[in-house]
Order: sequence, then C-alpha cells, then structure tokens
Amino acid sequence: MENRLTVSSSPHIRSSETTQKIMRDVTIALSPAAAFGVYNFGVRALIILVLSILTAIASEALCQKIRKQPITVNDFSAVVTGLLLGMNLPSSVPYWIPVVGSFFAVAIVKQAFGGLGHNFINPALAARALLVASWPVQMTTWVAVKPDASTSATVLGIIKEGLDVPLPNMMDMLIGRVGGCIGETSVLLLLLGGIYLIYRGVISIKIPGIYIGTVAVLTLLITGFDIELTIINILSGGLILGAFFMATDYASSPISPKGQIIYAFGMGLLTVIIRFYGGYPEGVSYAILLMNVAAPLIDKYTKPRVFGGAK
Amino acid sequence: MGLLTFKGGIHPPHSKKSTEHLPIVDFLGPKVLEIPLRQHIGAPCEPTVAKGDLVKVGQLIGAAGGFVSANVHSSVSGTVLDVRKQNTAYGFDTCVVIDNDEKYELADTVKPKPDFKTLTGKEVVDMIKEAGIVGMGGAGFPTHVKLSPPPEKQIDTIVLNGAECEPYLTCDHRLMLEESEMIIKGLQILMHALGVKNGVIGIESNKPDAIAKMTEAAKNTEIKVVGLKTKYPQGAEKQLIFACTHRAIPSGGLPMDIGVVVNNVATAATIGKLFETGMPLVERVCTVTGKGIKSPKNIRFKVGTPMKALIDFCDGYNGTPGKILLGGPMMGVAQFSDALPAMKNTSGILVFSQEDAKLPDATACIRCGKCVTTCPINLEPIQISAYALIHDYDKAAKYNALDCIECGSCSFICPAKRPLLQSIRVAKREILTRKRK
Repeated sequence: MENRLTVSSSPHIRSSETTQKIMRDVTIALSPAAAFGVYNFGVRALIILVLSILTAIASEALCQKIRKQPITVNDFSAVVTGLLLGMNLPSSVPYWIPVVGSFFAVAIVKQAFGGLGHNFINPALAARALLVASWPVQMTTWVAVKPDASTSATVLGIIKEGLDVPLPNMMDMLIGRVGGCIGETSVLLLLLGGIYLIYRGVISIKIPGIYIGTVAVLTLLITGFDIELTIINILSGGLILGAFFMATDYASSPISPKGQIIYAFGMGLLTVIIRFYGGYPEGVSYAILLMNVAAPLIDKYTKPRVFGGAK
Repeated sequence: MGLLTFKGGIHPPHSKKSTEHLPIVDFLGPKVLEIPLRQHIGAPCEPTVAKGDLVKVGQLIGAAGGFVSANVHSSVSGTVLDVRKQNTAYGFDTCVVIDNDEKYELADTVKPKPDFKTLTGKEVVDMIKEAGIVGMGGAGFPTHVKLSPPPEKQIDTIVLNGAECEPYLTCDHRLMLEESEMIIKGLQILMHALGVKNGVIGIESNKPDAIAKMTEAAKNTEIKVVGLKTKYPQGAEKQLIFACTHRAIPSGGLPMDIGVVVNNVATAATIGKLFETGMPLVERVCTVTGKGIKSPKNIRFKVGTPMKALIDFCDGYNGTPGKILLGGPMMGVAQFSDALPAMKNTSGILVFSQEDAKLPDATACIRCGKCVTTCPINLEPIQISAYALIHDYDKAAKYNALDCIECGSCSFICPAKRPLLQSIRVAKREILTRKRK
C-alpha cells in the first residue's frame, strides 16, 4: 500500500474557489443588466450579445488550437469578455461589428499576449476603443428607448454639446430607460450585479468605490456643487458598468492593496478630465485603459510593506 | 471583549467536529517501540543505551548532541532490542528499538521536583533541558533554547499558543479542557524561569469551552486568557504575538527581539507535569483523524509508537488511504509510509481518502490578487512564485521570499490552484543556499 500514498508539499487542502466559478459569477452578475438591455432595445440587442459571446468563445478556441494549448473555453472567461463587449455596443451597430470586436478582444488583446491573466488591458474595452476609432459613426449612433424619438444623443452628449434636448429624468436613468449602449443603461441592475460580486468575494468595493467616489467629488467641485449634474455624471456614461465590471478586471489592475487605491483614483481623475476638458463626452473607457497600462508601474512602486518590515 | 487577530488569513473548514468532543484516551501499547534520537530541530542525540540493556520509563536513552538538541527518554520499560538507523518522519535516523514489557516501571530519576518558586530561573531551565522538552505544537524546537535568551534581550511576556488554528486537530483543545491546571502551572513555571510578569494564553473563539475553562483555571493568577478570532494562521508565531500583544516581530527577527517567548499549551502542560511527577517528555496527545480513519480519536501515546499502531487503535483505515499527514492539513508533512514512529511533535495523524488526496491541476494565474490579500506577512506570493518558476531567485528575494512563514494560505485560496507556497519554498531554499556560499 505504501506506493499508493500521495506525498506532496503542504498545504494539503484547497478552497473550493475556482477560476470557472469566478468567471461564472461575473457572467451571472452581468446578466440582469444585459437582459434589461434586450428588453430595452429589442431583439437586435440580443443578436449582438449572442454574436459577441460566440465569437469570443470561437476565437479563444481557435487561438488555443493554433498554439497547441489545452482549450479552456469552459472557464467562462471568454464568455465574460464577449458579454462585456456586447453590452458596450449600441444596439444599432451592424452585425459584423460585434464579430470584429470580439475577435480582436480575444485573439489580439488576450491570446496574443499569453491568454488568461496576461492581457495588459481589458480586452472588451480595448475592442470597444478599436471599434470607436475605426467606425465612429456606427459606434455613436444611439437608439432611443422611448417611442417619441428614433435616435438621440446620450445624456453626457447632450450636456457636452449643449443640445436643446430635455434631459431624461433621474428615475429613467436609474432604471435605464435611456439611450446608450446595450448594457450600460440600467444603473440599478448593474449595481445589483456589483453587489452580488462583492457578496461572493469576487471583487472588493475598493476599486469601484474609490473610482465612483473620485468622479463624484471632482464633478461636484468642477460644477460648483451642482448636485443634479453630479448625479447625472455618476449615473451615465457607463461609469457604473466600467467601475464594477471593467476596472476590476483582475489581469489589468494592480494587485498591491495600495496600488489599487492609486489606480482607482487615477481612473476617477482621468474620467472627469476627459468628460469636462476633453473633446469626447464619455471618459470611462479611456480612463480605464490608460490606468490599465499604468498598472504594472503602480504595482512596482507600491509593494506592500512586509509584516514587521522597516517603514 | 472584542476578539484579537491579525491582518489577512483564510477560513478553511474547521473539520474538528469528529474529535472535539472526544475525551483523551490513553494508548499504552504497543509491544515494540522505535524511539528516534532526533525528534527536534537541532543535533541528533547520542545513544546512552545498547542492545540488550534494560530500560525503565523516563530513563535517558539518548543524550543531547549539542545545545540546540533535546534529550530522549524511554517511554516504556523493557529491553533494548536494537539501536539502529531507520526511516523516521525527519529522515533516516538512529532509533532505539525497545521491547515493551508492559510493566511501565519508573526510572529512579522520575520523582517530583521541588516547588519551582524555591528554584532559580537557571535551575528551572536546566530541569526542562534535562527532560528533553521541545515545542509540541509541531516544530519541535528545544524549549530550553527559547528559555535561554542572550542577556541583551529583555523578555517581559510569555505567550501560550492555544489557538490550534490547524483544521482537524483537537488535541490542544482537549488538553485545555482536561488539563487546564497543568497548563497554568506550566506557564507559571515558564514565567518564573524567565522572571516574567506577563503571561497570556491565546485561544481561538471556536473553542468557547476551552476559553471558559482556562479563564476559570487562571483565576487568582496574573495570567490572562484572551479570545482570538478564528482564522488561519492565528497560531503562527508572528500572528499570535501580534494578536496577543500588538507587537510585530521585525522581519527576519525572533520573538525574543520584542521581548516575547511563545510556547504551545501542550508544552506547558508537559512542563507542569514534569514538576509535579518528574516525568520527562515521553508521551503526548495527538489527534488521529480524517476521512481515511474509521474511529477518529484524541490519543495520549508513548513517544516512539509506530503510527500504524495508533491508526489500528482507531479501528484502522476507512478504505484505502490516499495520503497520511503528520500534523494538520495546512502545514502537516505528507508521509510515504505508516510504519514510521510517532514523535514528541506529532500533534496529529491525518489520513485522507484517495479522493481527497488527489492533487488539483494548476491553471493559468488570473491575477485575482487573493494571495496578496490573504498573506498574513503582506507578501505578494504571485510575484515570488512567478520569479521562482523562471529561476530568477534574486528577484524572488527582492519580493521578500525569505519572510514567508509557509502557512500555505496563498495556495489554499488560489482559484487557479497554483502551487504558490510550493514554488516559494523552492525559492527560499535556493536563496538560502546562495547566501551560504
């Protein structure tokens, strides 16, 4: 019987947490907001989400096959990327847009840099940035939710351009009965998903809390304590989606506790700067991408002080 | 009072239910014992008996091979069958093989010590040294060494470790319930030995009965019993001291650098008993448990009893064992055989079923950072491990690999099942080897 005993280095027990469970939790957390997007924007939105997810899974499998690696599409990470990208697209985009975007996200941003855990920026956001830069017209044509208008600008667009269009009321913005990307509009459902992730221990409140808090405080200061405008700034422009689901992307955010504070604050600062002083109404995507790129540098300079180590 | 604790750590399943309510039972047997002459950290002992000699309980059979070493005594009376080299949990060591005559006759040297209050600190430490007492929490570090700090180190506090944060193990828990007086006495002796006024006993909150019992026993003494948050590794030296005294051991330092000496409750109980009866360290309590054991028990056994005899005492294996550990599941050491003798530091024999023994396949690191938030030493296991795996040990050293206490929290929590601690150990060994060159 001696030969049958396993001899290995401690520890001998492992938690039940797995990558698959984490990614599945993220998918679950995103679902209510995605489902609401379909309810809001109709069957087109559903087709875009499905195309985006399927392309992500297929691209992942294809890349791993080419690289002769074990195919790990069942870890749900490609599903998360596909779903996130789909939720970040307007429902009016042509059907090839999610396909191109999703392929870029997974094949180029994720797999070309080494696969899971090695993407230096958030794949879905990088793909969105590519799509906005390449096909700006399709990517910024919004479908209105209310029946009285066929297309409309986003809330931040209205404010930025000074358009003579009434702003949607606060309740509609909370529930998500406003124009925008498929999955970014329902603040309530996104928050629900975020709380679920915090409850499940997948993310901590730290990054989204500091990010949104920074945006809130800076917006208050810049607008001269205009509470309504500040609330609008928090509820729109994909801030909630970005803060809870993209800024918290494990691979592209710092791992040191202090680094995460700097990272989240940096995103808040950049978001506000882009929104108020940039040429572009919405700053969340670029703020997150820029801080993603800075993450390794932040990690390097914020190594935690070892227990009992010199101050 | 709020529970004391440290930053980081994990919450593994306690798995203590099957034995925490079972009183300690004595196991006198077996017929043949193999008593290793190295059951501690430090130099092995020199045998003082030869084949054919008659020995009695408590008789010296191995003399300490240096200052950092600990005497070994016979745990039974009988005849020495052989003095030979054989496999032990520490490697390949000289063992004294004794045929147990089952009379348990005491050696002449085993007689009650004088009241410790009439002795000097030095005399007390010498008696502890003589009795071969080592840290019984698992490490097996000779206790008299801890009690002999260099003169420039002022010790003001002794902390007793009753945390028992390792899952499955319940021997300290039972000891605190059943021998609380002995533990208090042992701590008083330790305090007297070092001329220390502060004595603290830290116990995890998942043992409320032990906290109550010890608090009761400590009444009318200057000893403080404190409740600690149930969290692994609450009983690790640095974490325990921090929780009990709010002092942090400097990186690379020892408890004595901040005026503290830590001992296990089982060690204290043994010291208490030494002064009461004169019996050196020849028996201890261990928890034999796990899915692979038919009737888990808390057993007081004679040092040198083969593990298999203890397992048989628990009605044997439940199915085919998959893994046998000495100690708990977080820091215990996997054994290749059940034919090895149980020793002074054997706090548990944990047997896994074949299903539980299966090793998980590591997948890609997703950089979730859970290893960083759980590390009780504030290391970044993800970084040390990554550098260790590409053999860049200088970088691993820069990430403070040597500060790792090997608690295993990082490997436990990792959702990708990466062998974090396992690779950090490689880095530590490599860094130390290079330092010595």
